Amino acid sequence: MGPLSTIEKLAILADAAKYDASCASSGTTRRNSTGGKGIGSTEGMGICHAYAPDGRCISLLKILLTNHCIFDCHYCINRKSSNVRRARFSPQEVVDLTLSFYRRNYIEGLFLSSGIVKSSNHTMEQMVEVARILREEHDFRGYIHLKTIPEADPELVHQAGLYADRVSINVELPTDAGLVRLAPDKDARQIAGAMGKVKSDIVETRDARKRFRHAPRFAPAGQSTQMIVGADAATDADIVSKASRLYDSFRLRRVYYSAFSPIPDASAVLPLKRPPLVREHRLYQSDWLMRFYGYQPAEVMQATEADGNLPLDIDPKLAWALKFRERFPVDVNRAGKEALLRVPGLGVRAVERILASRRHRTMRLDDVARLTVSIAKVRPFIVTADWRPVMLTDRADLRALLAPKTEQLELFAA
Amino acid sequence: MSAPFRDMRLPGAFGVTLPEPDDFEFWRDQARALVQRDVPPDRVAWIEPGGAGDLFAGGRRRLPSPGADAPPVRASRAFVQLAKTAICHSDPERFALLYRLLWRMQGSPRLLEDGADPEVRRLDEMARAVRRDIHKMRAFVRFRLVEGGDGGAGEHYVAWFEPEHHILRANAGFFVRRFANMTWSILTPRGSLHWDRAVLEEGPPAQRSDAPAGDPTEELWRRYYASIFNPARLKVGAMLKEMPRKYWKNMPEAALIPELVAGAQSRESQMVAAGTLEMGERPTSLSAIDKAIHACRMCPIGLLDNRAVMGEGPRDAALMIVGEQPGDQEDLAGRPFVGPAGQLLDRHLERAGIDRRSAYVTNAVKHFKFVQRGKRRLHQTPTAKEVDICRWWLEGERELVQPRLVLAMGASAARGMLGKTVSISKVRGAPHPLEDGSELWVTAHPSYLLRLDGPAREEQSRLFDADLAAVKERLEELT
Repeated sequence: MGPLSTIEKLAILADAAKYDASCASSGTTRRNSTGGKGIGSTEGMGICHAYAPDGRCISLLKILLTNHCIFDCHYCINRKSSNVRRARFSPQEVVDLTLSFYRRNYIEGLFLSSGIVKSSNHTMEQMVEVARILREEHDFRGYIHLKTIPEADPELVHQAGLYADRVSINVELPTDAGLVRLAPDKDARQIAGAMGKVKSDIVETRDARKRFRHAPRFAPAGQSTQMIVGADAATDADIVSKASRLYDSFRLRRVYYSAFSPIPDASAVLPLKRPPLVREHRLYQSDWLMRFYGYQPAEVMQATEADGNLPLDIDPKLAWALKFRERFPVDVNRAGKEALLRVPGLGVRAVERILASRRHRTMRLDDVARLTVSIAKVRPFIVTADWRPVMLTDRADLRALLAPKTEQLELFAA
Repeated sequence: MSAPFRDMRLPGAFGVTLPEPDDFEFWRDQARALVQRDVPPDRVAWIEPGGAGDLFAGGRRRLPSPGADAPPVRASRAFVQLAKTAICHSDPERFALLYRLLWRMQGSPRLLEDGADPEVRRLDEMARAVRRDIHKMRAFVRFRLVEGGDGGAGEHYVAWFEPEHHILRANAGFFVRRFANMTWSILTPRGSLHWDRAVLEEGPPAQRSDAPAGDPTEELWRRYYASIFNPARLKVGAMLKEMPRKYWKNMPEAALIPELVAGAQSRESQMVAAGTLEMGERPTSLSAIDKAIHACRMCPIGLLDNRAVMGEGPRDAALMIVGEQPGDQEDLAGRPFVGPAGQLLDRHLERAGIDRRSAYVTNAVKHFKFVQRGKRRLHQTPTAKEVDICRWWLEGERELVQPRLVLAMGASAARGMLGKTVSISKVRGAPHPLEDGSELWVTAHPSYLLRLDGPAREEQSRLFDADLAAVKERLEELT
């Protein structure tokens, strides 16, 4: 076999990166290429340039620098004992691909991750080098997300943060026991230590920028992490509590969940059944409830069922409401924002509009309907001037009434 | 609203023709004048350039000048913001809707706060559709290199895009800021933009055939698109929601979607077949595991001419001893540790005071791996992957026996327990806690002793005995 061409390497190293859940390119400083030599801009909101048939967006060129790895984590396709085809990009190749994709408006930037080759430090140096060439030699002002290697020298991780918009360190698994079992070469304390260091670097540089205008920026889009769901016995309650601790301890911007998916050449230690994809979705919804709806982690955990997992057929907000029926119905014309945010089917936007609208009118069911996606879902939980659901919240079959019917989506229907 | 204007209401309809479909300034000037003259919405016809002007030609009237005491026209800042966006919408009704709202706003200045009002709602929806179209243009424009080198001095990139609304002008700034140091053109059926790194020029509407057909980089991009997609997670509905089919024809990667979707199921089952081993549920009794390992063909060893060798010993043994794999004699006998290494182990166990019959004795790998040399079958060490696959069965045995202490002999056995390769010399002589509360001890494999001679063998025998003695002592503490 001759040396691999760029396109062959791209196929291997993008394939290996498809288990990274994040593709976000938002939340960084606003920049553009006016007055510079290169290209690129960020305007706060990220842009998804395409969507893959798996429903996930493509915002960044998400690749691995190499899928060679000296580690042997069981859930990982790139682990040492796996028989996948290996490939390795040079930093310059990654830079060239990023720029030529960016010029054609295919991407917002680069999400670079890597298997560990030679040593953690060597790998981290190479990743930093990619970012350095992009920023310094090409004046690239697009988005860069580097997945750092927790075992690498903290100074190298610091370098990464100076070039990147976002850095991430994977916690990998929701429990330390799971990590010991499935990622024998990784160390939970080391991961936490690296996250803590990134957090303090972010805080310090923010402080410095308040005093010195030219202090360097450090990971302006913050840090994130990813954990694998369904590869160990951790319940949704375990996962939610782990996520909330991560948000609190390390001020993470996002925790991503990646449903353990069948990988070619998997290890026999992994469960044979993959978790339903909807489980991942329910976890994201619960994440949303905590970040935007004011739910406490303990309240999300109240929405779980006896086995500690969130129900799969209904969303966690509805699950919570069905368990706490005494809190409903909520009077749309009188209730405060917090109570309205608890109503299943009312989003943050709808609640804000209701609050603004009711200064001008007494809300009727039709008025609410104009502000929501589906009034059918909301109706059992609210009171309006012309509507009062007397018995509905007491009905035993309410859940069955509200659970969505299985949908059939046809791709090539007319 | 002041009374005198109501009396001056003019008969017939006014027709206002806009010079450009997205000309907010012009609309604002006209709308302001109309409100000041107290012209109600139902008497104004707003006509797009090239629109159905004839219909209203008869009613087209010159507006009289407003009186000196004409009231100022009131519009909230939020309304102006929203109107600037909504005016880009392609619905011909947008000007009239905006005027109706402006008209109503004179009496109720905070009208826009009432999201439940159907007209406010309609305006909001229009603005939202325009913002979405703006966003999708930023996302789905695909530049193609037509001349010069990639990133070089003479480069020129051209894109063809078909916006749904009149957003080209509103979006120009974004592309200028992003691609400030690149020469580019964006062609659309509604007009075109040209940037030469210094000046932005607007051009006439274009046709698809004016734009280049391809770019060699698209092959790379398509390969990326196909590779980053995980066939095990097909969610076509989610994709279509964000990337409706109307955009597909101008995106080079979209041509792949039908085959990616159609092939997803077979790719996933290939991944599963090549990966997650289809062993079903793990048997829940030792005899069922014994039966299952005879049928196991999950690694190449199972395909050799051999038979599986099950562990043996009491179902409730406190000690579990794990070796590497059955050898030639074990394979023939169908029992673990009956060959030379097994006999050596027996002698050492006896010396340490451990009764082999009280222990559950098994192997990390259940089949004999060998190469045939003439009549002889030569032992081969299993690969890490083979050990990992067989771990499934070893764990099954351990779950059922639940030993308090596991003694792993040799690197393969240690890997079978730990899932990683460790150095025997570094880990021997100390307990390694396992997650179920039991302990793992690691030592060398007796066959290693068999391969040594003289002082080396004596030294290793001594170490082996020391390990066994420590295990014996610990076992007594634990039980």
